[in-house]
Amino acid sequence: MSAPAIEIRGLKNAFGPQVIHENLDLAIERGEVVGIVGGSGTGKSVLLRTIVGLNQRTAGSVKVFGEDPDELDGAARSALERRWGVLFQDGALFSSLTVAQNVMAPMREHLRLPRALMDDVAGLKIAMAGLPPDAGAKYPSELSGGMRKRAALARALALDPELIFLDEPTAGLDPIGAAAFDQLILDLKQSLGLTVFMVTHDLDSLHTACDRIAVLAEKRVIAIGPLDKVAQTDHPWIREYFSGPRGRLAAQAQAAQ
Amino acid sequence: MAETVRDARFEVDETATGDMRLSVFGDWVLASVGKIDAGLRDVAERSLDRQMIIDLAGVERIDTAGAFVLQRTMQACGGRTDVSQFQNIPAGADLLLSRVGRSMSPCDIEPRPVNAFVLMLNRLGMGAEDAYLNAARFFTFVSLVFGALGRLALDPRRLRVVSTVHHMEEAGLNAVPIVGLMSFMIGAVVAFMGARILSQFGAEVLTVELVGIAVLREFAVLLTAILIAGRSGSAFTAAIGSMKLREEIDAMRTLGLDPNEVLILPRVLALVTMTPLLVFVAMLLGLTGGLLVIWFALDVSPSLFLSRTQDVVVLSHFWVGIIKAPVFAFAIAVIGCHQGFLVSGSAESLGQRTTLAVVQSIFTVILLDAVFAMIFLELGV
Repeated sequence: MSAPAIEIRGLKNAFGPQVIHENLDLAIERGEVVGIVGGSGTGKSVLLRTIVGLNQRTAGSVKVFGEDPDELDGAARSALERRWGVLFQDGALFSSLTVAQNVMAPMREHLRLPRALMDDVAGLKIAMAGLPPDAGAKYPSELSGGMRKRAALARALALDPELIFLDEPTAGLDPIGAAAFDQLILDLKQSLGLTVFMVTHDLDSLHTACDRIAVLAEKRVIAIGPLDKVAQTDHPWIREYFSGPRGRLAAQAQAAQ
Repeated sequence: MAETVRDARFEVDETATGDMRLSVFGDWVLASVGKIDAGLRDVAERSLDRQMIIDLAGVERIDTAGAFVLQRTMQACGGRTDVSQFQNIPAGADLLLSRVGRSMSPCDIEPRPVNAFVLMLNRLGMGAEDAYLNAARFFTFVSLVFGALGRLALDPRRLRVVSTVHHMEEAGLNAVPIVGLMSFMIGAVVAFMGARILSQFGAEVLTVELVGIAVLREFAVLLTAILIAGRSGSAFTAAIGSMKLREEIDAMRTLGLDPNEVLILPRVLALVTMTPLLVFVAMLLGLTGGLLVIWFALDVSPSLFLSRTQDVVVLSHFWVGIIKAPVFAFAIAVIGCHQGFLVSGSAESLGQRTTLAVVQSIFTVILLDAVFAMIFLELGV
């Protein structure tokens, strides 16, 4: 029970001669919201995909709730997958299903629930993700980019996962929607003890929602800790990131609250 | 590692004043509340216009689904908030309950069902309109292609040479083995059937004419066209369709690139130039197939086959076959590209359009073949 939510040791990822990660260590405790930041091409999304087992790693160990997803067989793997939810960068909703059917898809697959309860729970998740009720019957191609993202979040939350992976969740949302999203993550974390692994560039999200920040650069995690600590690290990229014009604005906004 | 889920249980007491007290125990999570959902709905029905107290003292675990069914039960009774309330809420769960309480709105699951008769009329009307619009769109599209071809003729430097050559290789050269093999087999089959049936009339020797005329006039070009429709027509639709889905075509337009020129012309030109060559290969291999069968089955030597073919199969049969090739190729390429541009929305639409492209191309090829047959009949060739 005490195993950390995610534990990565000595991870190496390479595509042919191009090495993305080398000797990467990262540990995320349960109930934590960790923001992963890094410049474009530092392998943030690759790291996420490696943890959930979509990308075959070259070397190193990855453990989620103390278990290596790659070493588990069918049933155990499926049980582990039920404990996490993934929000992909552009939603990855099933285009032939309505939003509500998308949310119900994991419930249908993993649980035997009465139809009426599934409908209700789908409605709840859709409302929690901030979508209007009539969005449930719409197909993903009929939604705007921001609404698709919310629908994808509703699907990621369908099974009440303990751990949720978010790939740039607030990108493409308007600032009000993004703030509501941060608040939702905070609420879920406090009420459900949700652990969140969030790849993001949104400095406001980092300030509001994240307990710790991990900075990816030079193929590994160069700094991890609370935002104010990380911001003081002496590294050119970190300095530029947090003390650039946007970084200062977000810090001021946070201080004003 | 994954903890086992305990059952969700509840007990209902009615107080002397007629109010209800619901005590809940166990795990109230998505995996467990399914079993007690119906029972809880009964409680909610009975609780109408009464006060309800829900005691959570016995709850071990609770998630959004558990909070949802409890909130639903609470809200169903419509009691006064000063009396009706949750009691002994576990740490953290109050936030969950209030969060869920704010999001209690049923949503639509699928588009509203419509009366079957209305739906049928609706489909009929839409189908008729679609047929008309598609025909109009298709001819508009054909005229666009001719327009682009005309501009290209005035300014040949606009041709995308690399792209055209790529499609020539993909749709032409790479199709040689399959087209050749299929034609060879058809030639052999025609010769074999012909030899058996004609021998009943003592006219085996006419098999040479049968193979020569059938392969040159019809089989080579028709088989090649059908294979091209399945191979390249569908590939054109899929490629252009997925570009459409990823907004690549919109991006081209905003960058001032003409998708007709960039995407369609190379494909059309590649197919129109390569198909006659493929048909030529198909003719050669079809005749070879016939030759071998006649050699082995009828003992007609290859040299005799060839000289007889030269004597009796006039050259016009070859031209009748080969002249149809570019026309078929043009139809297949234009239909494939057009269907690609019609892809919209979902991955499913891409699949439908690809199927449609193949079906329409083959249909059109056979229709055109019939038109050609009538024309040649009138011309007497």
